[in-house]
This record gives sequence, C-alpha cells and structure tokens, in this order.
Amino acid sequence: MALSFKQLLAGGELTERGRKERRSFLLSIALGTATVALALAGYVPILGGWVKRLRPPGALEEREFLASCIKCGQCVQVCPVAAIKLADLGDGFGNGVPYIDARVQACDFSCDAVQCVLACPTGALTHSIDKKEQVRMGLAVLARPEACLARAGKGFKGPARGAEFAGLHRYIEVDRWSPIRISEKPYDLELCDLCVRECPIKDAIRLEPMSADPADKRRTPVVLQACVGCGMCEMICPAEPAAIVVEERKMWVEARAGGRP
Amino acid sequence: MSEVDKFIIPAAGVAEKRRPVRPKKEVVADNAVTAPAPLEERRKTCRQTIGDLGEGVRTMLGADPVKHEKGEWTETMRAIQAWKMTPEQRAFRRNLLYTHENTKPTFAWRKWRWPSIILINTLFVVSYWLDVQLVEGALTASRFVGFHMADINSSLQVVLAYKEILINLLIGTVTVMLVWWLVGGRSFCAWACPYHLLSELAEMLHLKLARKGLVEDHPLDRRMRSVLYIVFALLALVTGYTVFETISPVGIVSRALIYGGGVALVWVGVLLLIEVFFIRRFWCRYICPIGLTYGFVGATAPVKIQWDATKCLYEGNCRSVCLVPHVLEFTIKNRAHKSVMEAGPDCTRCAMCLEACLPGALSFKVKGVGDLL
Repeated sequence: MALSFKQLLAGGELTERGRKERRSFLLSIALGTATVALALAGYVPILGGWVKRLRPPGALEEREFLASCIKCGQCVQVCPVAAIKLADLGDGFGNGVPYIDARVQACDFSCDAVQCVLACPTGALTHSIDKKEQVRMGLAVLARPEACLARAGKGFKGPARGAEFAGLHRYIEVDRWSPIRISEKPYDLELCDLCVRECPIKDAIRLEPMSADPADKRRTPVVLQACVGCGMCEMICPAEPAAIVVEERKMWVEARAGGRP
Repeated sequence: MSEVDKFIIPAAGVAEKRRPVRPKKEVVADNAVTAPAPLEERRKTCRQTIGDLGEGVRTMLGADPVKHEKGEWTETMRAIQAWKMTPEQRAFRRNLLYTHENTKPTFAWRKWRWPSIILINTLFVVSYWLDVQLVEGALTASRFVGFHMADINSSLQVVLAYKEILINLLIGTVTVMLVWWLVGGRSFCAWACPYHLLSELAEMLHLKLARKGLVEDHPLDRRMRSVLYIVFALLALVTGYTVFETISPVGIVSRALIYGGGVALVWVGVLLLIEVFFIRRFWCRYICPIGLTYGFVGATAPVKIQWDATKCLYEGNCRSVCLVPHVLEFTIKNRAHKSVMEAGPDCTRCAMCLEACLPGALSFKVKGVGDLL
C-alpha cells in the first residue's frame, strides 16, 4: 500500500486514489471490528449463564467441553434414539455443540456402549469412559413432588406421554436391538413406577414408602448414587410438566450437601 | 473503466484504444525476433524459486504484488517481448482482439466444480440420512469410511482453545493437509466449500446488478484477513473458546445441510446480502481464516495455474473474474519477469481465469516430482 498508516487514519492532502484507499482502509477497520465483535458476542450467553444444557454422556466440564468440541455432530449421527441435537447461534460459543433435551428425547443407553463417546473425534466426550454406569451427565431430582402420581398413591393407564409423543425407548422385552415409540407401549399400573421401571441404570432410583403404615399405598421416588443423569425418568414421567427432572451437571456429593434426597 | 466493466465488454475497449497506435519504429536485434520456444521447454528455465514462494505468501497476506523492473526480466522474457512487438505479431494480436469482441467465455470447468462442491456436501448428508456411514460428521471434522478427517482451521481453533494436542485431530488434520496440498490447498474453497458456492451465486447477482449500475463494489484492504487470522487465533487462545467457529459460515452451512438449519443461517444470509449489494466476495476475500489456512497448505502444491507470456493479450479478463486478482498481477503488461509465471498460493484453482482468457494464455499445470519448486 502506498499510503502510510498516519495518512490512512488522519487523511490530509490526498489524491483521488489516496482518498479511495483511505476510505477502503477505514471501512475495513469498521467491518473487521464488527465481525470480531459479533463473534465475541457469543461470549454473552456463556457469561450470562444462559446456556444450561444437558450434555451427552462423557462430556467434559462445560468450559473444556465447549473448547474441545469441534462441532461436527458425529455424536448426533450414531445415537440410536436421536437424543442428541446441535445448539444454534443463541448458545453463543456453544453454536453447533451437542446437547440433549431429556423431556423430548432422553438418552436411554439403547446403544449399550456409549456410541457418542466412541464417535467423538476430539474427546470432548471423554474417551476415558466405556460403560454407561461411568457416565455423569447430571442428577435426577424430584422437582415437583406434588405432581408425582406415586406420591399421591395413584396408578397409571395408557401411553406414558400420550398417543402423539414421538419419543423413543428401547424396551428389552419388546426388541433387544431397536427402540420403539413410547406411545406404542401403553401401561396399566396400579401404582405409577415409570421412573423406576424404565431407568436404564441398576440401583439408580427406587420407590420408598411415605409412612410406616402398611396400608398406605403412597411411595416416593428416591434417587441413588448410581444415577447417571441420563434423563430417562424425566422423559417417561406422565405428569405435565414432569415431576422428576435431571439437573444438568449436578453431582451426587453436591446433592447431599443441598439436602435433597 | 472498472474491473467489472472490462469483463462485460471484453476486448472492445482495448481494441479501440489500440487501433490508432502505429507500430513504433523499433530497432530489434535479429537474434531476439526468433519465435519463442514452446511453453514446456521454457518452463524448465522458469522454475519457481523460494523467492517467488515468499513473494506469493506475502501477497496472500495482503502486501501489494511485487513489481519487477525491466532490469529483472529474464533473457527469454526480453526476447519474447521483442518478438511480440514485431509488426506481424502486433497485427496478429490486434486481429485476435477483434475476434474477442463478441466472444463470451464458456466457463465449462464450472460444470465440474459446482457438482464437486454439491457432491462432497451431499455425501455428508446422504451418509447420515441413509445411515451408510460413508462420511460421518460435518466439514469441521468427519470420518471418511472410518478414517479421521478434520478441517485444519477448526482443529487449530480447538487446539488453541483447549490447549491440548488431540491425537485423532492430529491424524485427521495431517490427512486433510496432505489431500488438499496434493490438489492445490485453496482448491478446498472452490471445489468443496459450500459457502463458496452460495457466495459465487451472490457474486453473479452482484455483477449483474453492477452491470446495470445498481450496485457498486467497495473493495476492502486485503491485509484485514491476515489481521483477523491472528485476532481469531489469539481469541481462541485467550478466551479458551473456539470463538471463530461461532460465526464460521462454512461450519454453519455444512451443519445446516446435514442436521437442519436454524437462526445461524440468518447470519449467513446477512453475509450474502453484504456480498450482493456492498462488497463483492466480502467473506472469502477479506475475512475467512479457513481460506488463508488452506492457502498456506497449498503454497507448494503441485497443482498450479500457469501463464504463458507468448499468448497473453493483456485484456485483463482473468483478473476481472478472479476471486483473488492479486495472484494474477503478472498478467498486467510489463509486470511479468519470466515468460512462464504461476499464480500464487492464494489461488483457489477455480479455473475461471483460464476460461475467461480467450487467447488461452492460462492453463492448469500439474507438476511431477521433477517440476516441484
């Protein structure tokens, strides 16, 4: 470029060509700054703590997860129940990063061997786990005990989330290999125990009596340490909105300290 | 006359200007007027040197292309120039310019290039939707029949943000580097990038509107891309997030094709609007760090666009269609110092120039082991 930075910034006596060059230089600064500013605006949802997502099994700590994820969606492709979705621009730096909306479609470990973890090329879903029991996505919490059917001593009849619900679940007694629609498997339960019945992890949740009275039918779900936070209970819960939900990234110790069951 | 106008009325303007010019009386040494040797023969003495490579890289980073004084011309170049100034050659070229007045270039390579972009991106989509596991993932990272592939710039962002060398990414990045080095580096842009195709369509619209005088290009300072490259690398390093990936239209479009689009596509739309109405090829020319990354990869690539001084009529059509016209500066009269020149590393090997060039001075060169550097 023929002009010095001083001329480009301050102007002064310039030829027509020089003025043109200066205009293009200033426009470049303006648009370059705008582009960087827009990219950096992706920080806002992170700093504001608006991005609260249930991440797929094996996800690293949130900050490291966003840094190491290459936003390719290979985890999306291998999930047999299509539980994993990619976030949009609203997630800021989390644009293109996978998450799970458990109420819509939870991870039910139909794949048995954490396929998403195996698919991840960067280890953002850490390769140090190879069993579903090692996963810690969050922790199930009885968020609305008043809505829980078991706590009210009620049973449940019909499809768990209504006939229109598109969510999938692998019922081993129906088909060992392929998941079916939850709406295709109606229940007839004397006491609702769906969260316990469909939990894919052994000893992660159980129903406990609410009083010493043997005639009292009421039971309350109690989440145990084995809970991996997959969200299956949240998806299957027939109450609307769900009585039991997964709190993303919540850990067991933390739960104890918080006084929650 | 702007670069755009030049292409719309290709040879007419040039020819009219030249018609009244009478051949100058020149004293030319007898030995210089012999017809030049064929291109392949001259190539041997016109090897690209490390100096040329450095010049190319500097130009890619935003420096003005170097002007070689006549004193730096090779003997062959001098002889060719003298030969071109003989009355017979001048008459021959003038006639050729007349024939170009009503000739429109065909852009037949596009018939290969656009399907290439569409095919590569369709493979990703089909692979997922039909679950055939051919190319799993998106352009940022994928598995090609099981082998890791990773976009070089996306990997760079991840490594800078995460501060750890990930072995799969290393394998994927090196594989992708080798593949794209082999076919020319920035050929990724012209032959694979889905945003490039959208941008090319926007550019066609821009040129159409420009021809009608409805819009005007506002060229930016090319050094901006280099500055932004460093800025985005530093931002990844300092914030610990892959800042650039948030707004990368390449990643956004690739993911949208495979997994469905969202709000992020609005940003891509804004970019395209800027390119139609305000700045021709805004993203690819002045911002995209991916292009620059692949430019470095392809700096020593065996596939090049080469220029033959004996055929060039200096019409400038090649530069008017080019995404990165600075790689073709040597096609300006008296700028080339060798009779065979190669387009620099910023060239996307899109082949638009070699078709815009009616006398056929530009062509693809695939170098063998013996030709390298």
